[in-house]
Amino acid sequence: MSLLRYESQVREPLVDGHKTYHDVTEDICKPVEAAPSRLWWIGFIISVALLLFGVVSLYKEVVYGTGMWNLNKTVGWGWDITNFVWWVGIGHAGTLISAILLLFRQGWRTGVNRAAEAMTIFAVICAGQFPIWHMGRVWMAFFVMPYPNTRGPLWVNFNSPLLWDVFAISTYFTVSLLFWYSGLLPDMATLRDRAKKKWAKAFYGVASFGWSGSTKHWQRHESLSLVLAGLSTPLVLSVHTIVSFDFATSVIPGWHTTIFPPYFVAGAIFSGFAMVQTLMLVTRKVMNLQDYITISHIENMNKVIVLTGSIVGCAYLTELFMAWYSAVKYEQDIFFKYRIAGPYGWSYWLMMTCNVITPQLFWVKKLRRNIAFTFLMSVVVNIGMWFERFVIIVSSLYRDYLPSSWSVYYRPTIWEIGFYMGSFGLFFTCYFLFSKYFPVIAIAEIKHILKKNGESYKEQMDPIEAQTVEQFAHEQAH
Amino acid sequence: MSVKKFVVGCFDDEKTLFPAVKNTRKAGYKIHDVYTPFPIHGLDHAMGLRDTSLHTAGFIYGMTGTTTALTFMSWVFTKDWPLNIGGKPNLPLPAFIPIVFELTVLCAAVGMVLTFCYLCQLAPFVRRDHFHLRATDDLFVMPIEITEKTNAEEVKAFFKSAGAVEVFEKSAETGWWLGRYDSTKKAFEKEEEIVTA
Repeated sequence: MSLLRYESQVREPLVDGHKTYHDVTEDICKPVEAAPSRLWWIGFIISVALLLFGVVSLYKEVVYGTGMWNLNKTVGWGWDITNFVWWVGIGHAGTLISAILLLFRQGWRTGVNRAAEAMTIFAVICAGQFPIWHMGRVWMAFFVMPYPNTRGPLWVNFNSPLLWDVFAISTYFTVSLLFWYSGLLPDMATLRDRAKKKWAKAFYGVASFGWSGSTKHWQRHESLSLVLAGLSTPLVLSVHTIVSFDFATSVIPGWHTTIFPPYFVAGAIFSGFAMVQTLMLVTRKVMNLQDYITISHIENMNKVIVLTGSIVGCAYLTELFMAWYSAVKYEQDIFFKYRIAGPYGWSYWLMMTCNVITPQLFWVKKLRRNIAFTFLMSVVVNIGMWFERFVIIVSSLYRDYLPSSWSVYYRPTIWEIGFYMGSFGLFFTCYFLFSKYFPVIAIAEIKHILKKNGESYKEQMDPIEAQTVEQFAHEQAH
Repeated sequence: MSVKKFVVGCFDDEKTLFPAVKNTRKAGYKIHDVYTPFPIHGLDHAMGLRDTSLHTAGFIYGMTGTTTALTFMSWVFTKDWPLNIGGKPNLPLPAFIPIVFELTVLCAAVGMVLTFCYLCQLAPFVRRDHFHLRATDDLFVMPIEITEKTNAEEVKAFFKSAGAVEVFEKSAETGWWLGRYDSTKKAFEKEEEIVTA
């Protein structure tokens, strides 16, 4: 029994500073209870302005049609679907952190899971906008649902990957939301019980669903979290797999490859972790949470980034090899004439640099633990991942089988850019509201690991560490 | 529900809580509940609670989703409106996998969360009496119900000896009612009173 209580000091503490349970509550609830700072208002107003730009762009698109975008004869998917895949990819890190790392019993996920899950939900909301508004006649968007209609009933095509996407994205959104919110209930109750202001008592009271912290409730809550994690793990892998089917089941050169599902999933985790880094590095600084999101948390995430970045790199090289090995000339032309060279060659090399070459610097421990460098890299990776989707979509489309329909150079219009900027506005508006009114760190989960992974506990291990092997074995045996 | 009288013992460490729970049960007192700010593994067994079967419910919901998706899509493609899609078979089972999987997960997750909320009686605008506001912060709160057979003073002395940092008597509503946490309106007439703080 006593042997199980031993925790190696090779692992750094997950919570720095000698915290008590009450300190944890104080540290995480203080920024929520304080009035919004000037910095918060500035960020929030910029986000809302971007969101309004997006609303205007969408108004133009709905009123005048998708002709407001520069999509043309062969480039039927451009920025819109690029942005969709990019946002969905970003939305993978949250559930990965909270579900897969829960099953793998990675204690460090507790510091970042709440904010990462929130980010996931906002990213999926942003992602969903693109295919919906791309339909053109958006008021008929409900046609994608299989409901008994007056047209036969003519059902949707259940064999189509685009329909699988409808099911995958909506299921992913619903399950992520439920997982996130069920974890949030106890922390909302903490805020409710601390609330002094009338509105806060009312808001957190309603939001906490009357949570009391009863042992029976906790027992069910644990069971629920575990099963939801077990369900979310294959779910998170399935979502980007299905998104990749949108491409892989077609007969377009450059899309028609079986490597797409694992390649897309790795890319999604890669970009998702980069976005988590971008947000967490700012959040921990602004909200003074350095004790909970420590350098070792950041280093762990950088390790995931370098791993998934390398998988993505392997996939890029495999694609090139398979194009050559297949001896299909259309496949070879797309890769060797129109992708790595040709008018869009610059985007391919930008993608290669950002996704494959620069993340390799994370093999150096000093750089993994450098905050400024990590922040820079997290932005670089997301630029690279955006270009990956752009390269896949546009460079496969702009020169198709029929040279007479080869399109001119595809450039987005201001309204396409506006839509993309609007999705940033939506994402950051949501994130700013979340970080102000919700606990950004899972309070109950931090308390749960505090006695085992906190700094005070680690120091209790000092005398054990000093023992010789014989002493240790002798003492632990009894 | 009803208003009952309790003696409440508050503990600030798991190390004192576990023996206290054990000794309370040994002494023959009925533990109303233990309210904790975070899940404490093993406490449910120490209190003698049975394991939850929520995961079994989850499995049943999941299977419901699987069969719904499979039967519905098969019915549409073979009975209701068979379509010739590029000469492909009418019952393409491999192509059903994604939707069958998604619906399984969706039904299991939604069903489990709703069942969880139903079993724990959690919903927006549900209001409860809480024994101690710090039960969601840093205290483990254990109320014991006072009946004609129990001697309140004896229970208090027992809690003190078990290492409780705070012991008091409190009348509380054991159920829930619809209300908001910012209003003082109670589900019952009698005002709460703390006899000894």
